[in-house]
Formats: sequence, C-alpha cells, structure tokens
Amino acid sequence: MSMPHSLNEPPALALKDITCTFVSRDDPNQRYMAVKDTTLEIAAGEFVSVVGPTGCGKSTLLNVGAGLLAPSRGSIEVFGQQLVGINDRAGYMFQGEALLPWRSALDNVTAGLQFANVPKDEAAEKGRDWMRRVGLGGFEDRYPHQMSGGMRKRAMLAQTLIRDPDIILMDEPFSALDIQTRQLMENEVLELWMAKRKAVLFITHDLDEAIAMSDRVVVLSAGPGTHPIGEFVVDLPRPRDVTEVRSDPRFVELHTQIWNVLRDEVLKGYEQQKKKAA
Amino acid sequence: MWNLIKPTSKLSLRVWQFTILTIFLVGWYVLSIDKKMAFFFGDPIGVVEQVWLWFFVNGDIYYHLQITLTETLLAFAIGTSAGMGAGLWLGLSPMASAVLDPYIKALNSMPRVILAPIFAMWFGLGIWSKVALAVTLVFFIVFFNVYQGVREVSPTLLDNAKMLGAKQKQLLRYVYLPSATSWVFSSLHTAVGLAFVGAVVGEYLGSAAGVGYLILQAEGTFDINTVMAGIVVLTICALLLDASVGIIEKRLMKWQPSHGETEKL
Repeated sequence: MSMPHSLNEPPALALKDITCTFVSRDDPNQRYMAVKDTTLEIAAGEFVSVVGPTGCGKSTLLNVGAGLLAPSRGSIEVFGQQLVGINDRAGYMFQGEALLPWRSALDNVTAGLQFANVPKDEAAEKGRDWMRRVGLGGFEDRYPHQMSGGMRKRAMLAQTLIRDPDIILMDEPFSALDIQTRQLMENEVLELWMAKRKAVLFITHDLDEAIAMSDRVVVLSAGPGTHPIGEFVVDLPRPRDVTEVRSDPRFVELHTQIWNVLRDEVLKGYEQQKKKAA
Repeated sequence: MWNLIKPTSKLSLRVWQFTILTIFLVGWYVLSIDKKMAFFFGDPIGVVEQVWLWFFVNGDIYYHLQITLTETLLAFAIGTSAGMGAGLWLGLSPMASAVLDPYIKALNSMPRVILAPIFAMWFGLGIWSKVALAVTLVFFIVFFNVYQGVREVSPTLLDNAKMLGAKQKQLLRYVYLPSATSWVFSSLHTAVGLAFVGAVVGEYLGSAAGVGYLILQAEGTFDINTVMAGIVVLTICALLLDASVGIIEKRLMKWQPSHGETEKL
C-alpha cells in the first residue's frame, strides 16, 4: 500500500483540536482534563516524537490516534479520512506487556495475520521471517514468560510490523529496558523504519531518544489540559546511529533548545505529582 | 537420628506416607478385635474382603460404579459448560450481570442439596435427578471463576488484540477464553469433587443403583464393612478423577510459568 509522498497529500494522521476529559467514576462532578485543544499532524513517512513530563496525557493522545479512545471533542483524520472506531491502518506498540501469555512467540507474532484470516502456512512463514528480522530467529516456540524483557519487546515489534501498518504508534516502547538493549533496539527500529518509511508517532519521556530517532519533536505541557508548547525539526542527517549521534554538536544544540522548553514543564509536572501524592 | 529419617528424598517421603497408612490400619485392626468396636467401625480385613468380593468375585460393583461415574461425568460436563457459558456472558455484559447479581448471590448461598427431593420429583429416581443436583454444585464454582477470569483480562492484551485487527468474535475466542481457562482449571479440581458429591448424595437420598445406593443398603442392615468399602471405592475414584484433571491441566497450561522454572533450551 505505498503512496506517493507529496506536500499536497493529506497527513497520515491528523489529530485536530483534541480535548479529552475524564469523569471520575466515584464522583461525576470531578473531571480531569487530560488533553486540551491539541492539534498534531504526522505526514506519511515522518517520524514524530512527542515528549512531555510524566502523567501529562501522552498515552491518551496515542490512544485517541489509535481509535481506542474517543476524544471528548475534536476529530481524527487518517490519510484525509475521518476515523471511526479502531484505526486499522495503524499498528500500536504498547508500553506494557501485550503478548498473549498462552501463545508461543511465533503465534504471537502472527496473531494479526490470523485475525485477518491469512492462511496458516503463509502466516507462519512470514512470522519466521519477521522473527529473524528482529533477531529472534530460533526462539519461535518460546512462551513469553520464557523470554527476557528485551526479547518480548522484539516480539511485540515484529507483531506490530508484520501487518505492515501505514502508521506506527509507539508508547514508550523501550522504557522498561536497560540502556544497552535500549540503544540496540532503537537502532534496529530506525533501520526497519528507513527501509519502509512509514509514519511513526513515538511517545517517550526520554529527550535523547526523541531527538536521536525523529524528524520532529513535539513538546507537551504538564497536565492537566496538556497541549503542545513547542515543536522542533531535527535536521540531523540519516541514517543515524543513536549512540554516535548524541555527540553531534547539532544534537547538543537541539537538546539544549528543547530542554529549555521542557524543563519548566517537567518541574510543573513533578510539583503536581507531589501534590497528588500528598 | 532425625536427620536420618527426615523426609527429604522422594523415596523417604513415600516411606513416611506408607508408614502413616500402616499405623492407621494396624491401629484400626487392633481396635476391631473387640466385637463391639467392630460393629461400629468395621474391621480393615472385612473391608478389603468386601472390596475383593465386589471387584473380583461377584463383580457386581461395576454396574453401580458405572452409574455413579456416568452421573459424575455428565454433571461435570454439563455444569462446567453451563458455568463457562454463563460466566462468559455475564463477564462480558456488565448490564446483565448488574441486573442478575442479587439472584446469583441468592442461588449461590442457597443450600442446594435441599433441591434433591425436588429434582427427584422432576426427573424421577434415575440418573438425571442426580445429574441435576450435581450440576447445581458444579455450575457455580465454574461460573464464578470464569466470571472473574473474564473481568480480569488485562486491558493491554485486549487493546493490543484490537489493534491487531481482532473482531469481537476473535477477541472472545483468542483472548477472553484462553485467559479464562487458567481460572477455569483452578476451579475444575473443586468441580470434579463436587460433581462426585452431588452424584453420591443424590443416590443416597433416593435411587435404585449406584455406589451411594449400595452404601445406603448396607447401612440399612448395619453392615458397616460394606459402608466402609463403599467409601474407600468412592475415595479412590475421586482421586483418579482429580488426577486426570491434573493431567489435562498440565497439558493445556504448559504456557504458565511454574515456580523457579529454568529456561528450556
């Protein structure tokens, strides 16, 4: 499903004036506005990272884009078309454990094909291929509990990419990994992305990761009423190595610029968390 | 000294278990030398003789055992599938579960053995009145476990499956059902025991065949040895049924991490 990329083409994913208000189940008068008047566009083939303080509603935005959560106000457009229900052109890599524990790694990777009624042999063959691509060759029969955290993430990546989605949503996919595994996987994701050039919306709280991987970094304000407060184009050349690019002077410059915007929000977010805890 | 006999290895464990049984049997035998005691408690040799007669001389236990086991298995199958169906339905439909909640609580707290006479009226003295009684016992155990299992499916798993393109039916088959199975199995051990209890109690309260019927007849003639023999046979059957559930569980649940398991390479 490859499309010509041109400037006139509608964005792969457009969130328009999204507002999400959650109502407390115990007390209907208590509302929490997680996201307020947020507009975010991701062009086809563009890698966009969203950074922001913890608990600012980043995941809410992603769930809206995935069609898992209907916004209180605003609209979502996918390649120019109004989104109704689940966004079936998107693949979503979750933050937590999303593999089915009763399925082997291969059966997990091919789950999406099975749901689409792809013949079993064809699905298995494709699944093996993808498992090799994410470095899991030979681990097809393992159950999730027999794999390490990094291996599970790889399986989740293969599970998402095997369906060849036009939009890839990632919710802090590597936050639970140790730093070495993390950088390895960041490079692998970049490599896979370079080969296919799909639109990516990448949520993270790690600014280094965001700059190293993306074409554009969007900074969100602290909640409640999260909205974008800054946008930075990352003009570092590709292909990049996430470890090496960190010492690039332009990287450092961008990091300082973005951090100046982000810092106040992080402090605000931290204060709010403290207040909530008290 | 203690170190020598401490049950550490599998063999010494078995020796210990066997010793306890032997002490119990010898104690029982010594007690039963007194005729008055033997009247109330029976004697182990008489019990063994009776079991021997049933199985190898007269062979009349097979018919009764077959009836009881048929009732048990029928009740187990019907109760389990009904419990799973109802559990899935109510677990997936908050509206229905909210409406039916008080009735389920009431039915569950009701002493259901008391339904036996009603079932005898409805279904006669054949096997179906026993099956019905046992089903009422099995159903709720499985039902509550499946209900719980369905409601505790991780939302991330569900969201992930939805994003991978699973439709409602596929969610049910590939996410809800397998997720509930682990809960079901934890209930099946109890369920198979209760199916047996239901069948035997049903027979005991009115029947023309079955091990419960045999026990009732023997009790009528103060033949305590036969009563004991019946209990022994029932216990062994219950253990066998439980073990077969265990085997199936082990097969189907091999994906579950067992404690301290090392990687299988």
